[in-house]
Amino acid sequence: MNPEEAIGLSVMLPLLGALGIALVGRYPNLREAVTLVTAGAVFATVLNLVPSVMAGARPGLEVFQVLPGLTLAFEVEPLGMLYALVASGLWIPTALYSIGYCRGHDEENQTRFFACFALAIFAALGIAFARNLFTLFLFYEVLTLSTYPLVTHYGNDEARRAGRTYLGILLTTSVLFLLLAIIWTWHLTGTLEFSPGGILAGRVDGPLVAILLGLYAFGTGKAALMPFHRWLPAAMVAPTPVSALLHAVAIVKAGVFTVLKVIVYVFGIDFLSETGGSVWLMYVASFTMIAASVIALTKDNLKARLAYSTIGQLAYIVLGGALATMDGVFGSGMHIAMHAMGKITLFFCAGAIFVATHKKNVSEMDGLGRTMPFTLSAFFLGSISIIGLPPTGGAWSKWYLALGAAEGHHAFFIAVLMVSSLLSIGYLMPIVGRAFFLPSPEKEQAQPGGRAGFWAGIQEAPLLCVFPPCLTAVGCVLLFFYAPAILELLQTMSLER
Amino acid sequence: MIEHLPALQTVLPLLAAPVCVLLRRAALVRVFAALVTWSCLAIAFSLLQEVLRNGAVSYELGGWAPPLGIEYRIDVLNAYVLVLVATMASVVIAFPLAGRELRIPKERFFLFYALFLLCLAGLLGITITGDLFNIFVFLEISSLSAYALIGLGRDRRALTAAFSYLAMGTVGGAFILIGIGLVYQMTGTLNIVDLGQRLPPVLGTRTVWMAFAFLVVGTSIKLAAFPLHQWLPNAYTYAPSVVSAFLSATATKVAYYVLVRLLFTVFGFAFVFERVQLTALLLPLSLIAMVVGSLAAIYQTDIKRLLAYSSIAQIGYMTLGLSLANLDGLTGGLVHLFNHGLIKGGLFLVVACALSRVESPRIESLRGMGKRMPWTMAAFVVGGLGLIGIPGTVGFVSKWYLVLGALDKGLYFVAFMILASSLLAVIYVWRVVEVMYFSDEEQAVERHDAPLSMLLPTWVLIGATIYFGFDTELTAGVAEKAAAYLLGGAS
Repeated sequence: MNPEEAIGLSVMLPLLGALGIALVGRYPNLREAVTLVTAGAVFATVLNLVPSVMAGARPGLEVFQVLPGLTLAFEVEPLGMLYALVASGLWIPTALYSIGYCRGHDEENQTRFFACFALAIFAALGIAFARNLFTLFLFYEVLTLSTYPLVTHYGNDEARRAGRTYLGILLTTSVLFLLLAIIWTWHLTGTLEFSPGGILAGRVDGPLVAILLGLYAFGTGKAALMPFHRWLPAAMVAPTPVSALLHAVAIVKAGVFTVLKVIVYVFGIDFLSETGGSVWLMYVASFTMIAASVIALTKDNLKARLAYSTIGQLAYIVLGGALATMDGVFGSGMHIAMHAMGKITLFFCAGAIFVATHKKNVSEMDGLGRTMPFTLSAFFLGSISIIGLPPTGGAWSKWYLALGAAEGHHAFFIAVLMVSSLLSIGYLMPIVGRAFFLPSPEKEQAQPGGRAGFWAGIQEAPLLCVFPPCLTAVGCVLLFFYAPAILELLQTMSLER
Repeated sequence: MIEHLPALQTVLPLLAAPVCVLLRRAALVRVFAALVTWSCLAIAFSLLQEVLRNGAVSYELGGWAPPLGIEYRIDVLNAYVLVLVATMASVVIAFPLAGRELRIPKERFFLFYALFLLCLAGLLGITITGDLFNIFVFLEISSLSAYALIGLGRDRRALTAAFSYLAMGTVGGAFILIGIGLVYQMTGTLNIVDLGQRLPPVLGTRTVWMAFAFLVVGTSIKLAAFPLHQWLPNAYTYAPSVVSAFLSATATKVAYYVLVRLLFTVFGFAFVFERVQLTALLLPLSLIAMVVGSLAAIYQTDIKRLLAYSSIAQIGYMTLGLSLANLDGLTGGLVHLFNHGLIKGGLFLVVACALSRVESPRIESLRGMGKRMPWTMAAFVVGGLGLIGIPGTVGFVSKWYLVLGALDKGLYFVAFMILASSLLAVIYVWRVVEVMYFSDEEQAVERHDAPLSMLLPTWVLIGATIYFGFDTELTAGVAEKAAAYLLGGAS
C-alpha cells in the first residue's frame, strides 16, 4: 500500500464502518464485528504510514478543490501522525469496552451509538491529516456534530440541556472566532496551507498577532481553555465509553492539536517568540491549569472530577505550544499521547465501577479496591501517569514541557507545572487511597460456595469492561519506555522556515 | 431552432399554461407541466453554456432591432439566474401535490399547474429580457400568478395573506412603473444596455434621482428587503408548502437580480456607490435584517413562519453582499442567491413532506418525528446546517465570500456580525431539531415516512446543498464571473 492510498483509506474506513454499522444494525453481533474489524483495519492502516513519516517524508493526498486556492487535502506530518495513532489506536480498546459497557448496561439505540462513534473517528482522522486550515475546520465541525447524538444519547432533559451547552459553546466559538481567524488569515496571506515556519510571519505585527492568536485559541473550543470549558463537564452525561475516547482523547485532543498546529504551522514558533504574541496565552493556560485542578478537588462525582482534570491537562498542551520553544512543542506533542493513555484508563475504570456497582461518586468508593482490584490497580497506574511520575509516560511529557519553559526563559511556568502536579495528586490519590485502605461500608458477605483464596470477594465488572483499562494501564507504563520513539517522530518535524 | 432558444425560454411555459387548462386531467397535466419545465431547464443550461463559451447572447424578438424592438439579452449574470429559477421549478414540479394543503379539489389541480407555468414564464421573462418595460410586464405576470398560487392554501388566512401581498406587490409594481416612466422621459429608451449609455449625461438631474428612488424601493418591496418585508411571512406561512418552496427559491431571487441589474448596468457603479452612497443605507439595513429576521425566527411556533423569517435574514445576507460592492462581497451575494434558493426550497419541501403525515405546521406537532419520519427529519437537519453555514454545505461558501468582502473593505464589525447572525440560525434550527428528536414518549413508534415521490425531490435539493458545498464550479465560479463582469462593466 503506498502512503497516498493509506491516507485515503484510513480516513474513509471509519466512514464506511459507520455506514456498515447502520446497515447491519439489526444484528448486534455482526454490528459489533464491523466496529472491531474497522477499528483494527484503521489502526493497521495508520500504522502503515509511520515508517515513511519517520523517514522524513510528508505523504499527501489532494482530494478536491472547493474554491480557487481552497482545497480539501491531506498531508501527514509528525504531530498529525501522533494524533492519528492515538485516536485510532485507542479506538480498539474503546470498541471492546463499549461492547461490554453497552451490553452490561442494556443501552438503547446502540446502533446509533456505534455509528456516530465511527463517524467521530472519521472526523478525528480528517483533522489529524488535514493539510490546510479549511480541511481541518471542515472535519472539526463534523466532529462536533457527529458527537452531539452521543452526548444526548439518553434523550432526557439532562441530556438535552447538556447538548445545548455542548453545541452552544463548540459551535459559537468555532463559527465566531475560529472561522473569523481562518478567513482573516486567508485575507492576510492568501493561503491556508500549513507550512513549516508558519505563513503569518511578516503579514501581521504588533497587537494583531496576539488578537489573531486569541481568535484561534479561544475559537478552538475543543481545547477547553477557560472560560470556554463548560461544555466538557456537561458532556459527561454521555455513556462512559464516549467520555473515555471522545471527551478524554479524540475531541479534546483535536482541540489542542488544532491549537498546536496553528502555533507551529500558521504562526511559526520563531515568529511568536520574536513578537511575544503568545505570552498572554501562557498565563491563560496556566490559570486554566490551576483553576481546573482546584475545581476537580471539589468534585465528588468521579466523571466530573476527571473532566476538570482533563481541562487542566489540556492546558499543559496549550502552554507547551504558547511557550513557542522546540522542547515545549515536543512536550505538548508527547502529552497528547501520554495524557490520552492515562485519562482513557481512568474513564474506563470509572465506567467499570459504574457498571459493577452503579456508584458515581468518589465518597462511595471506600473499600472498592478489595472487590475490584484489577480496575482500581489500573486506576492507580493511570493516575500516576496523569500526575506525571515515573515509570509512566506522563513523566516524560512533563519533563519536556518544563524544559521548554526553561528554554524560553519562563521559569515561572515551571513552578506552575509543579503546582499543578501536586494538585493532581490531591484529586486523584484520595480515590485510590479510599478504595484500598478504607473499609467498605457494606458488610462483606462471604459468598456461599464462593471462590477461595485470591479470588474470594472479587466482584469485577464484565470482562470486556475490565480488560481494556488493564490494557491501557500497561500502555501507560510502556509509554515510559517508548517515549524516545515518540520523541524521535516529533523531532522530524520541521519547525523552521 | 437553436438560435431561438432565448425566445423559447419564456414562450414555452407561457403557451403551455393555457394548454394545461385544456388538458384538465390532473395526472396528464402534471406530466405535461413537468416536461415543459424540464425543457426550460435544458434551455437555461444550454444558454449558460453558450454564454460561458461565447459571451453575451442578444436575441431580437420578432426581428426588430434594439433599442426600438425588444431585445432578449443573456449575459453570465442572468444566465446564472435562469438556471437557478429553472432548476428550482423543475424540482418543485416533480413534487406531488397534496390535496390536504390545497383548497381546490383534485379535479381542478390543473389550475395549479397553469398558474405555476405562468409564474415560471414571468420569472424567466424578467430574467432574460433586456428591456426595462418588458421586465415590468413579466413582473406583473409572475406576481399575479403568485398571488393566486398563495391563495390556494387551505387555511383561510391564505386569502388575506395573498391580498396583502397583492397590495404590497402592486405598490412595488407601480413604483417600478413610475421609475421606468421617468427614466424613459429622460433618455427616450427602454433598452437596458442602451440606458446604461444614455443615462450618464443626465445622472445629475432630479428626475433621474427620483427614478432611482422609485425603482430601488419598488424592487426592494418585491425582494422583501428589510423593512419592506411585511408581506413575506404571511404569504409563505399560509401558501401551500410547495408554493412557498418555489417562491422562496425564485421570486425574491429574481427581484434581487433586477436590483443588481438596475444598480450596476442601468445606473452604474459610479452613480450608485459614489454619488448616492447607497452602501450607507443598504449596509445597516442588511445587518438589521440579518439580526431581526433571525431573532424573529427564533420565537416562531409555526415552522413555515420560522422559515419565512429566516428568509428575511438570508435576504439580508444577499443585500449585504450587494452593499459591499466589491468582488468578494458581490460574489457572496450572488452565490447566496443560488445557495439560499437550494436550502430554503429544500426546507419548504421538507415541511411539505412532514405535512403529508402531520396535521399542522406547528413546530410542537413535529415532536418525536425523528423516529417516525427519519428521512424527512434528517433532510431538515442537513438543510438547517446549510442555513447555519457549516463547512461542507453551500451556506459556508456564501459566508466565506461575504466575510472576505467585509474584511476587504476593512469592516471588521460587519465580518463579525455575519458570523454572529449565523449563530442565531443555530438557535432557531436547533429548536426544531430538539423537538424532532427528543420525545418524552417511551414506547417505540412505528416508522411512517413520507412517500418516496416526495422524499426524492426533497433530497435532490438537500443533497445539492451538500454537493455544491464542495463543487462550487457552477455556483461560486459563475457568480464570481458575473460579479467581475458587473464590476468591470461599471467602472
